[in-house]
Amino acid sequence: MAQETEKEILDLKEVTIRFAGDSGDGMQLTGSQFSDTTALMGNDLGTLPDYPAEIRAPAGTLYGVSGFQVHFSSRDIHTPGDTPDVLVAMNPAALRKNIVDLKRDGIIIVNTDSFDAKNLKLAKYDKNPLEDDSLTGYKVYPVPITTLTSSALKDSGLSFKDIDRCKNFFALGLMYWLFNRPLEPTLNWLISKFKNKPEILNANETALKTGYYFGDTTEIFENRYTVEPAKLKKGIYRNISGNEATALGFVTASLKSGLPLFLGSYPITPATEILQYLAGYKNFGVKTFQAEDEIAGITAAIGAAFSGSLAITTTSGPGVALKTEAIGLGVMTELPLVIINVQRGGPSTGLPTKTEQADLLQAMYSRNGEAPIPVLAAATPSDCFYMAIEASRIAIKYMTPVMLLTDGYIGNGTEPWRIPHENEIADIPVKFVTEKEGFAPYSRDENLARPWVRPGTPGLEHRIGGLEKANITGNVNYDPSNHDFMVKLREEKIQNVKNDIPDLTVQGNTEGELLVLGWGGTYGAIKEAVDKATSKGIIVSQAHLRYIHPMPKNTKEVLSKFKKILIPEINLGQLAKIIRSEFLIDVLQYNLVRGLPFRSSDIENQIVEILGGKNGK
Amino acid sequence: MANNIDAAPVKLTAKDFSSGQDVRWCPGCGDYSILAQVQRSFPEINIPKEKIVWISGIGCSSRFTYYMNTYGFHSIHGRATAIATGVKIARPDLSVWVATGDGDLMSIGGNHFIHTCRKNVDIKILLFNNEIYGLTKGQYSPTSAKGLVTKTSPYGSVDYPFNPLSLALGAGASFVARTADTEAKHMQEIIKRAAEHKGTAFVEILQNCVIFNDGVFDPITDKVNKAEKMLMLKQGEPMLFGKDNKKGIKLDGFKPVVIDLNDGANSVNDVWVHDEKDTSHARAFILAHLADNPELPTPFGVIRQEFKPTYDEGVERQIAHITEKKGVGNLESLLFNGNTWEVN
Repeated sequence: MAQETEKEILDLKEVTIRFAGDSGDGMQLTGSQFSDTTALMGNDLGTLPDYPAEIRAPAGTLYGVSGFQVHFSSRDIHTPGDTPDVLVAMNPAALRKNIVDLKRDGIIIVNTDSFDAKNLKLAKYDKNPLEDDSLTGYKVYPVPITTLTSSALKDSGLSFKDIDRCKNFFALGLMYWLFNRPLEPTLNWLISKFKNKPEILNANETALKTGYYFGDTTEIFENRYTVEPAKLKKGIYRNISGNEATALGFVTASLKSGLPLFLGSYPITPATEILQYLAGYKNFGVKTFQAEDEIAGITAAIGAAFSGSLAITTTSGPGVALKTEAIGLGVMTELPLVIINVQRGGPSTGLPTKTEQADLLQAMYSRNGEAPIPVLAAATPSDCFYMAIEASRIAIKYMTPVMLLTDGYIGNGTEPWRIPHENEIADIPVKFVTEKEGFAPYSRDENLARPWVRPGTPGLEHRIGGLEKANITGNVNYDPSNHDFMVKLREEKIQNVKNDIPDLTVQGNTEGELLVLGWGGTYGAIKEAVDKATSKGIIVSQAHLRYIHPMPKNTKEVLSKFKKILIPEINLGQLAKIIRSEFLIDVLQYNLVRGLPFRSSDIENQIVEILGGKNGK
Repeated sequence: MANNIDAAPVKLTAKDFSSGQDVRWCPGCGDYSILAQVQRSFPEINIPKEKIVWISGIGCSSRFTYYMNTYGFHSIHGRATAIATGVKIARPDLSVWVATGDGDLMSIGGNHFIHTCRKNVDIKILLFNNEIYGLTKGQYSPTSAKGLVTKTSPYGSVDYPFNPLSLALGAGASFVARTADTEAKHMQEIIKRAAEHKGTAFVEILQNCVIFNDGVFDPITDKVNKAEKMLMLKQGEPMLFGKDNKKGIKLDGFKPVVIDLNDGANSVNDVWVHDEKDTSHARAFILAHLADNPELPTPFGVIRQEFKPTYDEGVERQIAHITEKKGVGNLESLLFNGNTWEVN
């Protein structure tokens, strides 16, 4: 280790690294290990896993490339980074597919062993890009990763195939050296993961350390880099993805309400992880039902809600399409239920592993009849925790299905989360009716919610169903005026949620020339864009909607204070449509539907363009 | 065990199970008989009515829930068994019943039905099979006979029908039985047997639709025909039918044949003895398909009963086991779990 000090360590404010390789190369694992270690070092960070829908696409192909981007910094950051500074390319296809995004003078670390005729052809390279001038301007570090890993593991007794699978740990070790990160967190992870497979554990450990020492001894790197810890708010942190935060949020809501948690779900990308996490929390009394289809997932949850559970169903857009009739049943029977849509690219099967925001109008309007439900949207990975609790609270208090929108980006992406203590989270009050006196299934409380009765309560036997109900009695009723009354009552009940949610806040001046209004997972990109523009002397404000239906009471007032409103969305303008129709306020749209999160620079350019680059200067 | 349902403290009567709602089926509908037999048999299943939940989907049959003075949920088309599954998993202390029809259960709800049977969720499914869509006014259903002329099959249906018993057996239902709206006492017995069974209990009830498929079961259940065409299965007894029970079913290898006990060549010792617990799936299927041969009668009674742990029991047992192993979950340690770091 003595040599380590010989190379100068340069201090950087922030770095974005993209790991890219075949979908079987373990790039997601490499990226998440690097992120977890980086989080433990106290950096702020954001990640973007970007992988194909195929599990093991044919090796070496362009469509089989899997990537993981991590952006880390010594300051407060909000995105996975616009353009990588460093690209780790495990094969020619990974290089070809990702080089377009790399900074002009960025670092490329390539596994030269994979640049053979077959892989070059699969990547559609006529000539080897390592041997012509096509990479001029980049800092290219050619490393024979496969050869070095194989020779380090030649005595491991493992098969050629198993040895080959360790090469990502060599790459990880090298990156740990280059960016001055400790090996211990990954070594500990390996021990817990492979405690029953000592030969695999030893091989990965060796590969990791070999990569690290290679950086140290090789002549090719002039420098090492480091990024100091960020000055985050005091507290205890963990690195968390939106899907894990969602799962934790519902377990918390279950304990805070005293209701057992029931999840009815069918596996669907990118929402499956929530089901996987919750299936592990049996000692919290959580019941997970992996149903035969999406419809059984939600209808079983409706059965559980009827029986007195905190009932939820997790899915993505195509699943919501299948659940739509059942959501209407939840509206008619006025039962608490949370539907979580981790949005992905559509329509139809669309882009299963990519992110999008195009299910907002589906969440709002996709049901038959007048069937209003509250719609909430989480803004960041850790915000999923709080919005899961909020969705549960509103569902129970107003006896209604609630749609919680997240997306593939915040669902899979991670960020450091300042963990709240149990006592910082409010209880969720629940009142089951047990008194026979004066009971009527469709009577109303002050919020217009109907009573919730647990089957098993003597004397309160009653029937509910999907046919129109008379108010108070809950008897089937086809009377025209009753239907008109009930349609309006259900709408008014949902509008009452307005009185129960925080005001829309503005970051920056509360009046002015331009407000950038967003919702859901674009929060980080918009925040970063507004911050950067502000630092350049441009005056611009930001507001972000987490409650979309109904919107906070002050929304119109907030919007009316700005001359222009820009709404960036990863769809064709769905929030823009709602804002226009709700408030008769025109808005400017910025829509980019690439299956990827916004680059903050794209939004910043829009801000500059709208303001002509002049305002505030 | 939480799955044991408490016994009723006071003796209830059929009237206690009537919700008092006006019953709105067509006069003469077989559903009236089913409602009456359920209300008559329920006091004897010894479960307090607040512990009973009826779930239904859509169709004439599915109005059933409104007429039972228990907890009830009239839901959407085809989904009753999935909703019932959710109720039973969430609340194993409840007795969960499904009232459904041939369209609701076998067509739009077919997927939920087979998976409920496969999982052996402890719910009771009563199929009101009238071989027609009644509430939409007369279209052929997945159990309608091939060739049936209906509004949507004016030249005769070209569909092959499901055999509901065979479908339930194939999907792994642990209790499979058949009765008919015309057989009041028999139906009460079968309902009580279903109530006692732990696991998915499937009961097909041949039910006459007086408007759109009137008399479809007359060739079997009519007073004139029933002696020859109804085979009343009794546990441990030979399968006899016909006038004075002088005909029997004999298993000739895998082929069921009718033998005449009067002809001197056969005795009652040659007749197939019914065993509900028979471990041979093949013999249960032979019974379910007996009437495929028009020479053979249609079997009624419990075709098959098997005892195996239920899905809901499995869920409870796993929770108890993991909780014992890991201790009751603690929120604070769950939140602060994994790799954490402190910022000062």
